[in-house]
Parts: sequence; structure tokens; C-alpha cells
Amino acid sequence: MASMAQAIRMALHYGEKHLDVKDIFGEDVGAPLGGVFTCTQGLETTWNTPLDERGIIGCAMGVALTGDRCVAEIQFCDYIFNTIDLLKLVGNTYWSTNGLFNLPLVIMTPVGAGIHGSIYHSHSFDAIATRLPGFKVVMPSNAKDAYGLLLAAIKDPNPVLYLKPKALMRVKGKELLAGEPESDRELKAMIDAPVGDRSKWKANWPELEDESVELGKAKTVIEGDQVTVVTYGRHVLECEVAIKEVQSQGVSVELIDLRTLYPYDWPCIQKSIEKTGRVIFVNEDTEVTNFAEHLVYRTTQELFYHLLARPRVLAGKNLPGIGLSPALEYASVPMKADIVNEILDVVKELP
Amino acid sequence: MSKSKSTLPLEKAKLLEIHDLMVKARVLEERLITIYKSGDAFFWIGGPGEEALGVPLGLLAKRGQGHNYDYLHLHYRCSHILTSYGLEAKNVFRQMMNKKTDPFTGGRNFSNHYAIPEWNVVPVTSTIETQYLTAIGTAHAQKREKAKGITIVTGGDAGTAEGDFASSLVWASRKGAELPLLIIVQNNKWGISTNYEGQHGEVNIADRGKGFNMKTMVVNGNDPVESYIALEKAMAYVRKHQKPLILEAHVSRLYGHSSADGANLRKDEEDCLVTFEDQLQQWGLISEDECKELRLNYEKETRMAMEEVRGEDGPEANTIWDHVYADNENADWRNF
Ligand SMILES: Cc1ncc(C[n+]2csc(CCOP(=O)(O)OP(=O)(O)O)c2C)c(N)n1
Repeated sequence: MASMAQAIRMALHYGEKHLDVKDIFGEDVGAPLGGVFTCTQGLETTWNTPLDERGIIGCAMGVALTGDRCVAEIQFCDYIFNTIDLLKLVGNTYWSTNGLFNLPLVIMTPVGAGIHGSIYHSHSFDAIATRLPGFKVVMPSNAKDAYGLLLAAIKDPNPVLYLKPKALMRVKGKELLAGEPESDRELKAMIDAPVGDRSKWKANWPELEDESVELGKAKTVIEGDQVTVVTYGRHVLECEVAIKEVQSQGVSVELIDLRTLYPYDWPCIQKSIEKTGRVIFVNEDTEVTNFAEHLVYRTTQELFYHLLARPRVLAGKNLPGIGLSPALEYASVPMKADIVNEILDVVKELP
Repeated sequence: MSKSKSTLPLEKAKLLEIHDLMVKARVLEERLITIYKSGDAFFWIGGPGEEALGVPLGLLAKRGQGHNYDYLHLHYRCSHILTSYGLEAKNVFRQMMNKKTDPFTGGRNFSNHYAIPEWNVVPVTSTIETQYLTAIGTAHAQKREKAKGITIVTGGDAGTAEGDFASSLVWASRKGAELPLLIIVQNNKWGISTNYEGQHGEVNIADRGKGFNMKTMVVNGNDPVESYIALEKAMAYVRKHQKPLILEAHVSRLYGHSSADGANLRKDEEDCLVTFEDQLQQWGLISEDECKELRLNYEKETRMAMEEVRGEDGPEANTIWDHVYADNENADWRNF
């Protein structure tokens, strides 16, 4: 089964071949490396930019202003912060011009902790991303969605921020993509660049299909009726493990993978909370002015009388950084035990 | 006594065309200032005094849509460039008075913030210097498509202190990946209230291009003839060699920074129009009376245009959600 990095690579290939993607660029995105997480190996339209994040976003804007489609990468979201005003411009160009210039571009960037990345390879970006009106924001939790969301992002006429949970880059999917060979070794031989000299290597792409995942549509990963857990990215996996544990104690949990953070799938969340009466929103960005707080706000405004317990946000501690030592990292972001505790706590709470 | 045809620096018709457009552009800006002062607009910013550079630029650039035409990444002092392109005064006033008929932003943005897809005029933004970044992208796309168009970017002198200006130098000059990018600096020697010496150690801003193996030019942007000849050469070079060039033009800031500092005529700045009219009269190409008449005609025209659009409606409040997303997809979270 393809890893998330391989799935992203295949989606970009599909984009080049069928969706008119003209440029894929960023720091170390082109040959020979093909990206620090190998997401851009073997592609036709990749190129290395100068080490200049503002230049990368500005270039993507310019390409999109000509109507050409491109995918730009910021190597780690930890280094996207000096482009915030440009991201504001990307988000407001269509609106400011009253519909004259849309920017069909995708910006992808690895986010989150989970790889012992220390202070500058562990930042999250979802809270800020959802404060950039005009953007759509997605974050996959598995290889198949990574593929499908990227195709949808490329096709979308709006700017899309594609957040890659970096801890999941090497995690293999559980479902084959249409056209993907069944054997991992075969896929690797086809699309992974060889170690050593790559100058003559060319990828041998499988015949892939358009398996887009519609933007704005969440997925109910586990059905349950006592409490709803809404999350995305690597915390879908973290929550799955936690939910298995509480299931053995007889607690029934519904797990929703949001997939698109904005515009988010409220009907899916709403239906679930109406059923369970309890909800926990889980993510690893810092907890103060966290995106989940907006979802809690909406929950209290619209679903107050369905609630059996206080809606919760379980997010990263409001710290300046994530320390390298595992003890520090694990105390900073929601871990399995935190999720288990929160679930058990919320089901105990009675109105 | 009229100068013989052969010694004129440009064709007579071209000189008169430049003059005509300079007057037209100046009158347009002066009308904008009047609109501001009479309380019909919230804010004015524009480019009176910089016409001797802008008008030739607009005459020489290749107007049209798509990669084969020139992309213009402008700042807020470029109505003169677009006057040469055929900009309609009425539309400028519509934007100035934030009418819903404002064809560039629908009443959403300040004056002189143009966005004209048919002419490759990409949206003017208030963020200083970011246009030097977006220019990289259109120039890259043109190079990729082996297109006939080039990208032209312009901005003020103070803004060149932003890293975005340096970005344009770096990205445009990479060996084997040089960009067809004409980088212009309209050096009016001011950044709001901070003077040139207060922000620059370099003698010429254009000199920074030398470190990047770029061709550079410094011109008297108050002289439309010198500007025209230099710009013609610069554009030809960029078009032919598909390489960047940086051109710095010394210009005047004739009415201050914006309405925020009064928008009053500064007598201590050279007025390029006065200088050019003296020159044209010396050459015997136009009389003082003809100059006056030309100005009066444009003043009348702009007054009528202004009066025509003054009564037009502003945008309706319920349109705030329009065009957040393409195809007017719902963007109000209350309705997700
Ligand atoms: C990034 C940014 N910083 C500050 C401002 C506020 N501001 C508007 S114009 C200006 C001065 C610009 O000077 P210069 O680049 O020389 O252009 P000029 O206005 O003189 O033509 C400043 C500081 C801004 N619009 N954008």
C-alpha cells in the first residue's frame, strides 16, 4: 500500500498529466531530492526555488494570476510565518477584485509534531490557516485521502492550503488507490527514486484514476453513540487507538475525520452531536484561539439543548514551542492517554 | 522658430501624443484630489508628477491578455501608465467614490488600485513591494511558455528596502533561469515623510542589480523623451534576451504622499509637465494657448465624467460575501 508521501506524489503526477498543473516548486522540491519527504520525486514539472518562502508564495500568486495551475511547497510550516501577509493577499485577491482574478493555486506544507522535530519542525498551522478567509484548508489522515484531497485541491478554482501531517508521511494506507500495484515493492520500484545517482532515473507511473475527495466533506471513521470526537490529520490515528481502548471499557465513540478544515462539514458534525450529546474537538495546534474553539462556539450556539456535557477542546498546550525531549513533546500535544482521559471524563459528566 | 524634423529626439506626432496623455493623466489625478477635497471620497493616493515616466511606459508596453502580452505589476501611482492604455476616467472616479460600478474592485478598494484582466494589469495591492514577488510568477510563466510578453513591475524607492525587492533580483537573475522581467523603481525620493538619505546608503538603487549581473539604467523620469528612449531600449532588451533589467527613474512627488498629508501642490518639486511644455514650445510644436486649451478640454471632460458617476449607487451591504470563493460558492460559515 502506498505511503502518504507516495500518494501525494501520485496525485501530483495525476495533476501534471490530467489537470494541467504547470509548475510544482519549492525548496529542494526538484531533482535530485524531490522534496525532504520525497513527495515530489520523479515528477515532470518540479523545480527548486531559491531559499525564499516569500518568493515562493509570490511566484505561485503570479503563476496563478496568469491562469496557470501550480502547486507550491513551503518546506515546513515552521517557515511559512514570514509569508502571512502574502497568504492574506492570496486569500483576498478574488474578493478584493470583486471576482476578477481568482487564484487557482495549492500551497502544501508539512505540519505538526510527532517526529521529534524539536522547536522548528513541530509547529502546527491549522489555527492560523483557518484565519485566512478566501482559502480552503485541508489535512488528510491517510494515503487515500491524501491522494483524493490533493486532486480536489488542484481542481478547485480557489487557493487551497494543503497541510501535510509530517508524522504520517511514511505511514502506509489501508486501501489501494485505483491503478496502484498490490505489492509495495512493485510500487517502490516504479516510483521511488533510487539511492545514489538518479540522473538517468525516470518514474514509471501506474495508470491512476481521478479519485477526488470532495472538499468540505468529513468522514465518519468510527460510528458510536455516546460521544463524538472530531479531529483531523495524525490525530485521527491517535484517536483511533484511544477509542479502541475505551471501547474495551464499554464506551461507544463516534470519530469524525474532518479532512477539510475550511469550509468545514457542519452537517456531519451536527448530526453526530445531536445523536451523542457529547463532543471533543482534538488537534495539536496551541489551545488559545484554536480553530476548535470556533467549533465549540458553534456547538454551544446551535446545539446547546442537545448537549449532555460541556463540549471540549483538547489541543496543544499554549507554549512557545515543542521541546525535543520526548517527555517534553508528549506533555505538549494531545497523546493517546489524554484522549482516553478526556473521553472517559466527558461520558461521566451528566447534565 | 520650429526645430527641423531631423533634430527632434522623437517623431513630432509621438511627442505630441506623449504630451496629450501627460495632460490627460495629470488632469485625471487633479480631479481625484478635488473629489477627495470636496468630501466625495474617503482617501486619495495617486501619481501626479510621475507622468513623464508612466505615459511612455504605457505607450511602449504590449497591452493585451495572456502570456503573449506584457504583465503589469503596478503600485498606486500608475494612473499615467494606464491612461496611455486607454483607461476611462469614469471608471477611475467610480473606484475613487467606491461605487458598485467600480469595474476594478466593486467599491472595495482605494483609488488607483486597478485590476484589469483584459490588459494583464494584475491587482494593485496596498502592501508595499509585494508586486515584486508576484512579478516573478508571471515572468516565470511567460518564460515557460516561450511567450512573447514580458513582465513589468514598478514601485517606489523606499519600498526597495523590503526583502521582496531583493527577492525579485535573486529570482530574476538565476543562471540559465533568468526571467523576462523589467524591474522599475519610481524614485521620488520620499517614503511618506522619510527622505531618500534616511533609508538608503546606495548611490543608485539600480546599482543593486549589478551584483546580480543585471543590466541597469538610471534615467531622468521627469523627462518623457529620455524616459521613452530608455524604456524602449529596456523593453527591447528584456524581450529579446529574456533577461531582467533594472531601471530607476528619478521623478517628482508633486502632491505629497496622499490625502493623509494634504494632497497639496509642492512648489519645490520639478513639474515634468511644465518642463516638457516649455520644451515643446521651444521646439515650436505647440503654443502656450494650445497647451491651455488642451488642459481645459480635459478638465471639462473629467468634470462631466465625474458628475455622471457621482450619483451612482454604492454596493449593497448584502454583497459582502460575494466573491470570497469562485463561482460564488457559499463562504459564510453560518450556512456551511
Ligand atoms: C508593507 C507595507 N508597509 C508599510 C506600508 C505603509 N506605507 C504606504 S506607502 C509607504 C511609503 C512608500 O514609499 P515608496 O516605496 O518610496 O513609494 P512612494 O509612496 O514614495 O511612491 C508606506 C510606508 C504599506 N502600505 N505596506
